[in-house]
Amino acid sequence: MLEIRNLVCCYGKVTALKGISLKVPANKLVVLVGANGAGKSTTLRAISGIVPASRGQIFFNGEEITGLAASRILARGIAHCPEGRRVFGQMTVLENLEMGCYLRTDAKGIADDIDRILGLFPRLAERRKQIAGTLSGGEQQMLAIGRAMMSRPKLIMFDEPSLGLAPNIVEQTFNIIKGIRESGTTVLMVEQNAFAALDMCDYAYLLEAGTMALEGPGERLINDPHVREAYLGAGMHA
Amino acid sequence: MKRYLPIIALLFFASVPLWLHDKYYLHTLVVAGIFMLAAMSLNLLLGYTGQLSLGHVAFFGIGAYTSALTSLGFSLSIFGYQITHEPWPPFIGVILGTAVAGLCGYLIGKLAFRVRGAYFVIVTVSFAEVVRLVALNWVELTNGPLALPGIPPLTLGFEWTGYMTFLSKAQNYYLVLAFIAFAYVVIKRLVYSPYGRAMIALRENETLAVSVGISVTRYLVLAAVFSGALAGLAGTLYAHYIQIIDPMIFMFLNTVTMVIMVITGGKGTLAGPVVGGLIFGIAPVILRNYVGPEVQWILYGVLMILIVYVLPDGIVPAIERWFNRPPTPAEKNGSSLALQTGKGRA
Repeated sequence: MLEIRNLVCCYGKVTALKGISLKVPANKLVVLVGANGAGKSTTLRAISGIVPASRGQIFFNGEEITGLAASRILARGIAHCPEGRRVFGQMTVLENLEMGCYLRTDAKGIADDIDRILGLFPRLAERRKQIAGTLSGGEQQMLAIGRAMMSRPKLIMFDEPSLGLAPNIVEQTFNIIKGIRESGTTVLMVEQNAFAALDMCDYAYLLEAGTMALEGPGERLINDPHVREAYLGAGMHA
Repeated sequence: MKRYLPIIALLFFASVPLWLHDKYYLHTLVVAGIFMLAAMSLNLLLGYTGQLSLGHVAFFGIGAYTSALTSLGFSLSIFGYQITHEPWPPFIGVILGTAVAGLCGYLIGKLAFRVRGAYFVIVTVSFAEVVRLVALNWVELTNGPLALPGIPPLTLGFEWTGYMTFLSKAQNYYLVLAFIAFAYVVIKRLVYSPYGRAMIALRENETLAVSVGISVTRYLVLAAVFSGALAGLAGTLYAHYIQIIDPMIFMFLNTVTMVIMVITGGKGTLAGPVVGGLIFGIAPVILRNYVGPEVQWILYGVLMILIVYVLPDGIVPAIERWFNRPPTPAEKNGSSLALQTGKGRA
């Protein structure tokens, strides 16, 4: 579904990605793990057109999307949940959801989708008129996921969905992400919490300093001695 | 009640010339109104997209000079070509001045929005300074420091309706009031439209806004065009009211006045620049009756610091918070109209 070939990305003189290649097959959950600064977020940002690719190609459903504007890429069906501040803090929950389908114009479809997403997240339905900045971290995460789903994406990319969330909320978030995959949407996820990410994924890539160090099904990476030592902490086996 | 507040305010201000006959006070109100208009335009950039333009007076001055030169006519030679412009009616000057300032907004937006924050501030400051130096030194066109005197007052009408010349204080007062009402409605419609929503999204969280498909440059440039054009319009009104302009119009102090009006009134609110404009347009005049000029400026400064210190969001959001406790304004009516920034944060 998504294929990257020899992608190179630079921030000024710093090369963040030194020619990586990866494939995300349809209806799979693929994760990208790696240390801070390995280039995980840059990969997602390059796919969604926020940072330009210096070299290399990105294909989505067989068509090249390298160099397209972010809005075009979103219109093709790739939604991106960026890390950090996840919602528009001064807008209400409903307005945040509406921002998710900024490019869509079908009022009926939008209203239906909002109902569908509020049905998925009852907490948000209760707080639909609340200012998003006053929601708890977990609720903001739900809202961010809901917003990304509003564009009816074919591929949805999550950047550090567990960042800054309480452990039980993290588990809940991961369950929602698994649910999204099971409902037929392809997922590409960047995650620091390597063990949980590798455990839930169909396929995984390990990024190290801008290059693809390792790839394979999740359990193979979990059992890889190098991964165990560097990312999972020796002996940790939850 | 709140819905009718702008109309009540408009009716009140429309009645002012009926009972206030002092020309000096009316003059103060006209000038305050013109700066209020400029502050409203700045609020579009500063309040809604979150970009501080510290060169906003450039658009104001460009509007003033364009309109003045259009209605005065000029003659200059460039590369051996003689260009002569015969005077046109002032209302064409107003339209041209607005358009040229909007065009400058477009160019500055295109250039400057490659950078944000502090760098954007520097670009806009430099722009204003360059424009000031041009106005000062291109003597053949602008008369330089000798100023452009004798700018005709605005005249409106057609042959079959008769003409109306805006000469008296009261006439100009109503003219400015009409433009403020017009600008208020235009800004309101813009801010509540999907375009306005996109601008606010950019202010709130740029990365996220891009990820939902909002084109950063497009909307920031759009805001800059609207903002520049409106500031230019204010400038044209200024030129035809004061009837003389010189490069002092580009003084940094004028930008600062606009920024103060926006910040104290409440940036990102529709009424903010109006309230701020009233207070800081009128305060110097009222103070003049009671204290000497030195103390006046000190009081002006103290007032400003007090407002910013006590009400960091500005006066309007503070009043709204006071009136809107528990049921927040967003709960009043459905989602699309509930976008009211700066409110309901309590």
